[in-house]
Amino acid sequence: MFEYAPAPESRSVVDLKPSYGLFIDGRFVDPTDGGSFKSINPASEEVLAEIAEGGPQDVDRAVRAARKAYEKVWGPMAGRDRAKYLFRIARIIQERSRELAVLESLDNGKPIRESRDVDLPLVAAHFFYYAGWADKLPHAGFGSNPQPLGVAAQVIPWNFPLLMLAWKIAPALAAGNTVVLKPAETTPLTALLFAEICQQADLPAGVVNIVTGAGETGRALVEHEGVDKVAFTGSTDVGRAIARAVAGSRKKLTLELGGKAANIVFDDAPVDQAVEGIVNGIFFNQGHVCCAGSRLLVQESVAEQVLESLKRRMALLRLGDPLDKNTDIGAINSAEQLARIRELTEAGAAEGAQQWSPPCELPERGFWFAPTIFTGVTQAHRIARDEIFGPVLSVLTFRTPAEAVEKANNTPYGLSAGIWSDKGSRILWMADRLRAGVVWANTFNKFDPTSPFGGYKESGYGREGGRHGLEAYLNV
Amino acid sequence: MSERVAVRKTYKLFVGGKFPRSESGRSYLVQDSNVSLASRKDARDAVVAARAAVKGWAGATAYNRGQILYRVAEMLEGRREQFVALGVPGDEVDAATDRWVWYAGWSDKLPQVYGGANPVAGPYFNLSAPEPTGVVAVVAPEAPALLGLVSVIAPAIVTGNTVVVAASPAAPLAAVTLAEVLATSDLPGGVVNILTGRLSETVPTLAAHMDVNAVDLTGVTDPELAADLEVKAAENLKRVLRPVPPDHDWSADPGLRRMTALLETKTVWHPKGV
Repeated sequence: MFEYAPAPESRSVVDLKPSYGLFIDGRFVDPTDGGSFKSINPASEEVLAEIAEGGPQDVDRAVRAARKAYEKVWGPMAGRDRAKYLFRIARIIQERSRELAVLESLDNGKPIRESRDVDLPLVAAHFFYYAGWADKLPHAGFGSNPQPLGVAAQVIPWNFPLLMLAWKIAPALAAGNTVVLKPAETTPLTALLFAEICQQADLPAGVVNIVTGAGETGRALVEHEGVDKVAFTGSTDVGRAIARAVAGSRKKLTLELGGKAANIVFDDAPVDQAVEGIVNGIFFNQGHVCCAGSRLLVQESVAEQVLESLKRRMALLRLGDPLDKNTDIGAINSAEQLARIRELTEAGAAEGAQQWSPPCELPERGFWFAPTIFTGVTQAHRIARDEIFGPVLSVLTFRTPAEAVEKANNTPYGLSAGIWSDKGSRILWMADRLRAGVVWANTFNKFDPTSPFGGYKESGYGREGGRHGLEAYLNV
Repeated sequence: MSERVAVRKTYKLFVGGKFPRSESGRSYLVQDSNVSLASRKDARDAVVAARAAVKGWAGATAYNRGQILYRVAEMLEGRREQFVALGVPGDEVDAATDRWVWYAGWSDKLPQVYGGANPVAGPYFNLSAPEPTGVVAVVAPEAPALLGLVSVIAPAIVTGNTVVVAASPAAPLAAVTLAEVLATSDLPGGVVNILTGRLSETVPTLAAHMDVNAVDLTGVTDPELAADLEVKAAENLKRVLRPVPPDHDWSADPGLRRMTALLETKTVWHPKGV
């Protein structure tokens, strides 16, 4: 193994303020009935900034600002002009991408290599993609004159903070809606920098409002009478609660929830490529990925060989400082998430599965979890059923393609799946039968603004990305 | 010569391609006939039948499903007078027949209109295609008895879903008679299941059922009941089609919405290379 010298990305590009207000009606304002909370760097537990916590009155102010902007400015505006604002935002994101990437890694704990090379390019691409739709809606296949819904309430998770913001805001604005977005409690900083970008782009006041806070702030937003549309990405339990909360209302709902994806490796798959795909599938972003390939289904005849290669590869993963350009695995996003990962892995060991991690030194401060695999896992084990949302892989085996399909689909989730095989007809046969919204064959965890993303069953409903992603924000 | 005594029909449920009575042994008097009063158990049995039919129906070719829906239109055309005798206006029967024809043609066209290739920024094949969501529970509109019923069943099944339909409690005879049409149209048993009786008994069971993928609340007129059913549906995140206003125009062009609301989109990626 090579020795690596530290290669830290500079923090100087980020200009953190000691505290941040709510972004309502084009301005940063203090909360009227909320408090404040701290956002910390999960890799060091250092406090990054003090963040305003929006209360019900703040949410109400934001929704009113969004309504006014919808009725007076954004709704009546020609699509070609809405497009130009979105193109401006996309350009500014590109121009300030290093700053955004460093801030994302600081606040979230993800490796700079991922925020720089995956998150930020996709964020800019998403705004470019939907900018182009704003003046082409009559050609999108939803009738000759599709209309926006009005005010969209959007609640996003902490795993891809800015990317999830882009997935929510870009299509909403392109379709002519205005938004109130609540970022996750642990990762509000890039959303607040995005608010500055909206100012820099001269986006009309009230079109985008950012209300920071925790679960109660999100609840107040989702339940607000003045909201026409609710979009949520996060856990299936919260998604269920939101579905109940909007029952009987006019609010249109889309949900992108949890997953427990099967990554299926057949005996004819090139082992080295498959192992790269397995590693990318579960250890990308510390496994904080709703579509993570968290269940490895490997054909029995090659299981030993695949596991041996996988362990060899895992021993080369570098865990540590998220801002180091050589880091593969960063910090777990929060103490709470770390506790959940620990609880589920302890259950895995207690239920009889065999736990393995490579030798891996964990930093003393911050929240860390070594890349881990479990073998000898059965379908009844909690680690094979519950979403862990961490760098933990459960390994199961199968003999026939039909058995692989049965096991892969044996979950209430249905977000994604992976297939590794050299045989085209088998890949397509499998892809037909897997009940999942995204199927990656001989690849994994690929995303693109043109490609619809979303789940079957309890992984939620609606799609984000592509032409399909517009449907969530139009009255169709 | 005395006048011939007519042979009356017994109106029963339609479950799994068969016409059983309610397991509860109950019936209710409506439209001058004794009609089966379905129980919660009947609703659960219908879900089992619908689930069993999913694999074959969703797996059938689009061409085959289109042929069968067109066959339903042929059979309905031939029974026009039977529906007229039940009080369904002749032009409503014609409109219902035409609606089967319209939806039949969508079976092999919707995936082209609603799916397609996505030009991703990389060397990947990337294709999105619609798939049926699975078992759909449908509350048929109270009226129009036949056109309303056909307008909720056809869009659900043309794409490969199977349905459990709660028929209009006040006018169930058209629904049971439509079941006779379906039973003679090569439609596999279990693709359409029809329950007659009180909505308050069957529909909450269907909305809460963990093996149902979607609920179409079109025929629910009580807003409180609709909200309660939506809450029940949230337990396993069923797809929900909300009720339509009472003045809904069933003769208008239905558009794609009733089909697309009951579909999933699957996107498949594969690298390109040599």
